[in-house]
Amino acid sequence: MNSPHRTSPTTPDTTTPGTTTPDTAPGGTPPAVTAAATAGAALDARLRVDRAAFALDLALAAAPGEVVALLGPNGAGKSTALRALAGLLPLTGGHLRLDGRVLEDPARRLHTPAEQRPVGVVFQDYLLFPHLSALDNVAFGPRCQGRPRREARAEAAAWLERMGLAEYASVRPGRLSGGQAQRVALARALAVRPRLLLLDEPLAALDARTRLDVRAQLRRHLADFEAVAVLVTHDPLDAMVLADRLVVIEDGHEVQSGSPAEVARRPRTDYIARLVGLNLYRGRAEGTRVTLPDGTVLTTAEELSGPAFVAFPPSAVTLYRERPQSSARNLWQAEVTGLDLHGDQVRAELSGALPMAADLTPAAVAELGLAPGTAVWASVKATQTHAYPA
Amino acid sequence: MKDRTTARGRSRTTGPGRDGVAGAGPDGANEASAGPATAPPRRRGTRLRGTRRHPGSQRVPVTLLLPALLGLAFLVLPLIGLLVRAPWSGLSEQLTSSAVWDALRLSLICATAATGVSLVLGVPLAWLLARTELPGRRLIRALVTLPLVLPPVVGGVALLLVLGRRGIVGSWLDSAFGITLPFTTTGVVIAETFVAMPFLVISVEGALRAADPRFEEAAATLGASRLTAFRRVTLPMIAPGIAAGAVLAWARALGEFGATITFAGNFPGRTQTMPLAVYLAMESDPEAAIALSLVLLVVSVAVLVGLRDRWMSTP
Repeated sequence: MNSPHRTSPTTPDTTTPGTTTPDTAPGGTPPAVTAAATAGAALDARLRVDRAAFALDLALAAAPGEVVALLGPNGAGKSTALRALAGLLPLTGGHLRLDGRVLEDPARRLHTPAEQRPVGVVFQDYLLFPHLSALDNVAFGPRCQGRPRREARAEAAAWLERMGLAEYASVRPGRLSGGQAQRVALARALAVRPRLLLLDEPLAALDARTRLDVRAQLRRHLADFEAVAVLVTHDPLDAMVLADRLVVIEDGHEVQSGSPAEVARRPRTDYIARLVGLNLYRGRAEGTRVTLPDGTVLTTAEELSGPAFVAFPPSAVTLYRERPQSSARNLWQAEVTGLDLHGDQVRAELSGALPMAADLTPAAVAELGLAPGTAVWASVKATQTHAYPA
Repeated sequence: MKDRTTARGRSRTTGPGRDGVAGAGPDGANEASAGPATAPPRRRGTRLRGTRRHPGSQRVPVTLLLPALLGLAFLVLPLIGLLVRAPWSGLSEQLTSSAVWDALRLSLICATAATGVSLVLGVPLAWLLARTELPGRRLIRALVTLPLVLPPVVGGVALLLVLGRRGIVGSWLDSAFGITLPFTTTGVVIAETFVAMPFLVISVEGALRAADPRFEEAAATLGASRLTAFRRVTLPMIAPGIAAGAVLAWARALGEFGATITFAGNFPGRTQTMPLAVYLAMESDPEAAIALSLVLLVVSVAVLVGLRDRWMSTP
């Protein structure tokens, strides 16, 4: 709560929701700035893909050993970004550098095809070659790199061993379980010794129980991986467990980036706020008062000035049937629009001056006699809110 | 949607210890929605539809049944006739005559060679049609399909006009290399290839379209050139389609008559294939013709058996 307000993390061009990236100015990326900003970066990319109905414009930089998660709703452009990094989709603008080597620069008509990039990809549905055994799937990459057959197979066997799949070497992908197939796919991608590992929704195809195991294993393998890994997911939990840094994408643009903890604590868009389960509002701060665009005033514990976000968890909301005789200044009239049971708590959706979600115990719901349509008073203690600059 | 995300979010805020389990619950349910979650209603739906219009539960109208049976008889009776009138006693004699063997051997060799040529040229052509953004692809496909519907005799005439001794290409081949194609065994192979290759191209193109091109992308990310990806990934995956196309083309080449007799003539031992031999034998020695026909019938049945998985498995 009382942590100092650092200004936005890592990328210089953190954007506020609704506004476009500041450096979309003509002329592309200024080389001097890029060189300085990415001196220690293994991956340095500005991905621009313009299509009729969709435009992706994403700056991406990562240090060796870093795991970056691209998080965003479906259709945000995550997979497009991944395909562009892999070389499966040509950039229409920007650039892509890996370990100082330019892989793609449309302005100079430079495009390194996918097969010549030091990139490994784990596809969402793995795309293991159905006619090859697990071992031959993994050996495929080394073979394509010109390694002799026996050597490639020995190397593949070592990878399968590391994945704990030694006894499945001769099994065809069709007979592997989801978790096993995922590990073979990971081994296959790592066997080309990539400098950039791309994972497209690596856990999406797994059932809930397998997911837990595979997530833990994947986390271990990613921690061992010495080059850059970029992971695409729409699942915040996967992103937060697996990644060192999140880049949240909406409509083809970055809306926020930072460590998982930072993003979870200080969401900057409704999408992230919903993902991490916070009520989020944007307004103008003057001291401890934040005025929302419609005039509603929120009192917070932190002093700020200028555009600001205010966030508080649903559990910080207290509901009353009658106007309470309390000193709380954050007190509003609201109407219950929905009630849902989540675990041992009831989530109440409220409409009114400040639409919000509130968590109550089932006993409290019964005591208050809440039902959709019930008029209530809602209060939030200032100390339970969190305000930060927008 | 909103409920799910907020639920997951809430579990995050309640404490890191519970995160994994609580978060994964709704998560997994979400991911599985394509499978188990929606499967029961879908299954129920098909069962309902199944009971409503079960094929055997209703009487078949006579106005449909009668022509259907007539059609069946029309297709089957000639084959039965062939079997009934076959000179079974003298069959071994007929089949061991050198003329029959010559025709059969020539037919098998030429049909196999034509299939080989079709494979070498047709598979790349199918790949071109299925996997590239070639300009005028629709026109090319139409041209490829044309020999399927073209009367074979017309094909033979066309081949003569191009590859004949006075043909556009043929005269040049003759003067430059001394190569003559019409009325040779090579001519038989050319005529059969012309008629049979479209079957292979169409079959392989269909298989290619059904194969997920993303496997080729996966191969590319592993360092495979487009050719390597085709050779080591695509080709094995569409092998059944290629095999089916090859069998079709082979069967078509084996039965080829019109284009062959027009372009390659009818010289015993050189260009006289089984169908030509059957046709000629009908005039001089009907028993031999029946025997030869029986051989072709057996070959056809063998082809059908070979393809049963593809054609006869649909109920």
